[in-house]
Amino acid sequence: MRTTEICVIGAGPAGLCAAIAARDMGARVTCVDSGDRPGGQLVKQTHKFFGSRAEFAGKRGIDIAGMLADRIRDDPMVEFMLDSTVIGFYDDGAIGIEHNDALTFLRGERIVCATGASERMLAFPGNDLPGVYGAGAVQTLMNVYGVRPGKAVLMVGAGNIGLIVSYQLLQAGVEVVAVVEAMPQVGGYDVHARKIQRVGVPILTSHTVKAVHGTRVVEGATVVALGSDFRPIPATEEYFHVDTVCLAVGLTPLADLLWQAGCKMAYVPELGGHVALRGEDYETSRRGIYVAGDLAGIEEASSAMIEGTIAGLSAAQSLGHEAPDFEERLATARAELAALRSGPKGQKVRLGIERLMRLGREVGVVA
Amino acid sequence: MAEAAMTGARITVHPILEFKEGRKVRFTFDGQVLEGYEGEPIAAALHAAGVRVLGESPKLKRPRGFFCAIGNCSSCLMTVDGRPNVRVCTEKLREGMRVETQAGKGVLLAND
Repeated sequence: MRTTEICVIGAGPAGLCAAIAARDMGARVTCVDSGDRPGGQLVKQTHKFFGSRAEFAGKRGIDIAGMLADRIRDDPMVEFMLDSTVIGFYDDGAIGIEHNDALTFLRGERIVCATGASERMLAFPGNDLPGVYGAGAVQTLMNVYGVRPGKAVLMVGAGNIGLIVSYQLLQAGVEVVAVVEAMPQVGGYDVHARKIQRVGVPILTSHTVKAVHGTRVVEGATVVALGSDFRPIPATEEYFHVDTVCLAVGLTPLADLLWQAGCKMAYVPELGGHVALRGEDYETSRRGIYVAGDLAGIEEASSAMIEGTIAGLSAAQSLGHEAPDFEERLATARAELAALRSGPKGQKVRLGIERLMRLGREVGVVA
Repeated sequence: MAEAAMTGARITVHPILEFKEGRKVRFTFDGQVLEGYEGEPIAAALHAAGVRVLGESPKLKRPRGFFCAIGNCSSCLMTVDGRPNVRVCTEKLREGMRVETQAGKGVLLAND
């Protein structure tokens, strides 16, 4: 059986940074990803990132994917297994990997799980019609493959993803008729909201999609105003003629592997759903399995990169690898993470992590 | 909007991105000859050709399109070259592929 020291599952921002950090410590790394190129969801992020310079502030996600991968692409200590889907943990500690319709096995002494997230659905009549797409799907179709998702789009959700994808739709020559947001205020950064408002896209806060209409595909959508109790206000319905409805209503950690591995999980709504209990070093209750990125709690690519670094450094160190700058890198990463989570926009994540750590202490996962 | 009337779905000019298309190839969708670019997902080629309905739900026979486009949600299962349950949002397009709407859950071929 194929073996490695650090097996990284997922080559997105978190996984790539975990692989880089572990390699820097002198560990042998195998990075497995179901996609055909490293970068995960970075490969469709055409906007410039905020945050700190260490996490590529000012650079576009599409470029960051390549820059991260380049650091380890030709390294003899790092192996990439692409177009390879991890399908489960096996009793002997190996993971099963599907590649070209064949099953292979890989045993890693440590595993960094960085599988990311999946998109949330919203319940309304017609939500299964072709033309109702997740925001990530719209990005993939238009930013990776150059195909417009439609001609006129209703965006549901005014968090950062909804705002950014709305702008990207406009850049691709697609009309965005409106952005609806159930909360009374915009969830994403003002700078993203202003970019679409400047060109006339209305952001309707305290509004949601009531129904999507069409016989075979989306032909229109009805939007309704919400009261302070989040119930629809009668007679406020408005019809929009659209061929696409884009759902940007949040993400939830893609945690199937962790459940199957028997990691202790907790439901933490502030982190997007069920997440693994884990220590400050991102090791889960199952020794040797670490988490990082959206899987560890829904945040942003910048925080995913730092979490990946922490998990990669910690996993390699636990195998006895050393580097003179280990302590310093770890401290820097923790400080950057704290800075990213500071301020009012980081409050939700801070509350979620506090709750996660409290639950972890109760069951002894966290010291 | 009529299903097949969507034209000009390919982005030709973009302020940030440049699309390097693969070789143009022909494939069939339920017997109809369509064109797409080699290596792009089958679903992208179909969408660009105006095909949004990829299948139907097994019980209520409601139309189905893709939803996640990254191989997670299984909303886009089709029969490709006789093989059922292919996620066409990630399966790469090749010359001469036979892409078909799938009826029901599909049957695996004995030698598959």
